[in-house]
Amino acid sequence: MPTTFSWLTVIVFVPLAGAVVLFVAGLLSRRARDSVWRWGALTVSAAAFVISLAMLTAFETGRPGFQLVERASWVGLLNFRYTVGVDGISLFLVLLTTFLMPLAILASWKVERQVPAYMASMLVLETAMLGAFVALDLLLFFVFFEGLLFPMYLIIGAWGGERRVYAAVKFFLFTMAGSALLFVAILFLYFQAAAQLGFGTFDLVQLAQLDWSGEFEVTARWLFLAFFLAFAVKVPLFPLHTWLPDAHVEAPTAGSVILAGILLKVGAYGLIRFNLALFPEASLYFRTFVMVLAVIGIVYGAAVALIQVDVKRLVAYSSVSHLGFVVLGTFAGTVQGMSGGVLQMVNHGLSTGALFLLVGMLYERTHTRDLRRLGGLGRQTPVLAGFFLVVALSSLALPGLNGFVGEFLILAGTFVTNAGFAAVAAVGVILSAIYLLWAYQRMMHGSLPEEQAQHPDLSIREYVILVPVVVAIVWIGLFPKPFLDRIEPDAERHARIVEMEPAGVRAAGGE
Amino acid sequence: MVPVSPPDIDLLPIAPEMALAGAAILVLLLDAWRPARNQRLAVGLTLVGLIGAAAASVALWRWTGPSTVLGGMVAVDGFSVFFRLLIAGSAAIAVLFSATYLKRTGEARGEYYALLLFAASGMSLLSAAADLIVVFLSLEVLSLSLYVMAGFSRRRLASQEAGMKYFLLGAFSSAFFLYGIALAYGATGTTNIREIASALGGGGGGSTALALAGAALLAVGFGFKVAAVPFHMWTPDVYQGAPTPVTAFMAAGTKVAGFAALLRVTITGLQPVVQDLTPALWAVSALTMIVGSVLAIAQTDVKRMLAYSSIAHAGFVLVGVVAYNALGEAGAMFYLAAYAAMILGAFGVVALVSRRGEEHTSLVSYEGLYRRSPVLAALLALFLLSLAGIPPTAGFVAKVLVFQAAVVSGHWALVVVAVLASVVAAFFYIRVIVIMYMQEPEEAGEIRAPGVPSAGLAVAAAATLLLGVFPSLLLDPWIGRALIAP
Repeated sequence: MPTTFSWLTVIVFVPLAGAVVLFVAGLLSRRARDSVWRWGALTVSAAAFVISLAMLTAFETGRPGFQLVERASWVGLLNFRYTVGVDGISLFLVLLTTFLMPLAILASWKVERQVPAYMASMLVLETAMLGAFVALDLLLFFVFFEGLLFPMYLIIGAWGGERRVYAAVKFFLFTMAGSALLFVAILFLYFQAAAQLGFGTFDLVQLAQLDWSGEFEVTARWLFLAFFLAFAVKVPLFPLHTWLPDAHVEAPTAGSVILAGILLKVGAYGLIRFNLALFPEASLYFRTFVMVLAVIGIVYGAAVALIQVDVKRLVAYSSVSHLGFVVLGTFAGTVQGMSGGVLQMVNHGLSTGALFLLVGMLYERTHTRDLRRLGGLGRQTPVLAGFFLVVALSSLALPGLNGFVGEFLILAGTFVTNAGFAAVAAVGVILSAIYLLWAYQRMMHGSLPEEQAQHPDLSIREYVILVPVVVAIVWIGLFPKPFLDRIEPDAERHARIVEMEPAGVRAAGGE
Repeated sequence: MVPVSPPDIDLLPIAPEMALAGAAILVLLLDAWRPARNQRLAVGLTLVGLIGAAAASVALWRWTGPSTVLGGMVAVDGFSVFFRLLIAGSAAIAVLFSATYLKRTGEARGEYYALLLFAASGMSLLSAAADLIVVFLSLEVLSLSLYVMAGFSRRRLASQEAGMKYFLLGAFSSAFFLYGIALAYGATGTTNIREIASALGGGGGGSTALALAGAALLAVGFGFKVAAVPFHMWTPDVYQGAPTPVTAFMAAGTKVAGFAALLRVTITGLQPVVQDLTPALWAVSALTMIVGSVLAIAQTDVKRMLAYSSIAHAGFVLVGVVAYNALGEAGAMFYLAAYAAMILGAFGVVALVSRRGEEHTSLVSYEGLYRRSPVLAALLALFLLSLAGIPPTAGFVAKVLVFQAAVVSGHWALVVVAVLASVVAAFFYIRVIVIMYMQEPEEAGEIRAPGVPSAGLAVAAAATLLLGVFPSLLLDPWIGRALIAP
């Protein structure tokens, strides 16, 4: 395939360019402005998905290292470059983003308030997320990473529920505090590069070659922690997760889908891409610490989910638990763990995204998310209930569905190196079966409470939203090979970094 | 007969100031000749003067003559061209804001524009001053005009108070500055900035202690003009009391010009003693960032909040000065350009929202602004995000540049302080955005943005975004060639 075509740049900036075009189109057609924005945003995000599928054909399977790399100078004075590329770690996160975005926009069809601003925020958010996944220059990554913040903050704060302002500000401050340290650490890396390489740079591949041995060992550990803090807030790892339930509960449905489906992955992705790749020794040093936090998150998230009565909060805590699995796998130091972790990011995006979509659909009908006031919906809306069951089973890792592949790989990969952690984490799998099935039972079975009137089953729009997700869930569950084939070469490259016995081979970024 | 040879005087290097002062005199004459009503002509004349000054500055970009003219009083270099253009641009935007504002408050008088032009000529000359005497003269020209402008709304008590306060404290700081010049002269025997450096560097040329005392007093004067802690006390009151377009002009222009002179004096003149000065500058920078950011949180008035924010930004620019390397200088220059665009924009929106006088500058008036005017709300959000330093805006790139420069010089602790101050600052900028977007409006009624000030806002917004996305447009061709060497 010709690498001359700027696949990644096009994919990243299609949503942003689309927002600009729609802005003009919206000005021209004042009366139909809302529908111009709705259909326009859907078209643009669908186009980004189609282009990213085409990009997949240009991606060479089985070759580790970054592909489809593009380079351009941006700020010459700082040696700040526009460098983008994908590898097995980021490839499916890009696809997940472009896949979920049109669905989230479809799910927002009933947003009536300030449609143009809403859709514009969504499209800007998409560009920022895609940019964060493909940026290979630390400062460029930071630009996108920060760029995520504001549109998401607006979506929660302006279109959210009752306590939306509190949730939005909490989300903003947590993330901002994390990224401030990240920023200092990035500047330090530039400085260190200037000292060691003779020229300052923000380039990920070049920075990965820095030598942190000897007197710099402690420095590297501090830098690791600065990066770690920024990403742990985003993941979120226990005990930095407290913003997440609030943000999820108050966000509109599409906001939750994107937050859980994609945004949290930016944190987990950052841990692999930056913490592991830049600070191998420090990663090994903090390996157990990170895994302990991950295991606590798994069990704690699941246990708290168990006692929730707000179903949206329940799903939010389940995210804390599931993202714990991802981090556990990626720090296990085995190829299975790493591959499973990466795949589980995609799986979690699909199944939790779908859970939030379904909860949103339920809420539109019943106007409550309180499990104590729901019941008997299985008889009224059997199709919706069926979808909910499939997605819940995927989330609790039923064999044959996607969640199983990911969690099995993670647990198997962790068991080899840390059997104890794997054993405790397995408790999380059991707990997730309990809280999800129990929630399903309380919502769908039993008798219908008096105040609930007749509810219609799924509309065509809702079918269009749910069917693709379920297809993907089943596909990954039954036939994960095409995914794993592309993930594994780079997973191996990164897993080697936190192997228990350091092989002495420095994983210097590809290319 | 012995032919009298006229002294070799080349006036082109001060053509920008001549254009500004000339336009000011014309505006005054026009006002005397056909008073009142005819504001449009005065505005037009003012803009012509500013454009003329900008054109003359551009013509100086390729200057090949001597590096200083008029007996070593005025420097001719890319540095001064850069700042003159920045000042002319800021003044032009402020003029656009003023026209509508003054008409609405019924205070449209011709001398306003004359004062604005005189102030601009002072700022412009300040950025080219190569001698401490010229620094002092231009500081006085700009200050005296601004004292009057701050008190221009005679009927409003707060404005009178602002003018008086600014005048008293400003006169005080001028005295400090003058004394500093005297001490510097005593130490080195010259007031020429470059000669001061060679006198200090030559060793034995003068008393270092005396020179340092002089430098400290000069720093007090500059600190007052750029509103650095602990010389910032006047800022919130004056910024709040002055008519909003004046505040916009003051916040952008004075700080830009003050820093231009500060940069020239520290880089060229005090280079030999910079080791001794750095700890003091370091402390002032850190204090300014902390105090500005922390006190801004407690404000309930948007103009006061922006005043504290402008104090904090002086601290961020100082980070670039403390770094004391080429990147720091470039960073400070870029920061000032970005800062001018965003602070002008922010105050411009405030001028439009607080219609008729100054009764709507409380944050309460911004509740639900999004409903009343989506465009103004979006613009203010953009400017606030840039002030907070969030990409992809100019404020972000500016911060990266100065922080990077400080890191290269090894000022770690200062960068950490700066980053923490930015986080604190982000909180109150975001609070305004929350108020605009997430709350219901207290009072109904759409706010219409008239065309003339909107043009000014559009320019500021375009600059804020463009400098954020393509900083190289300004850095490589302009700032890169405008740096002054020690």
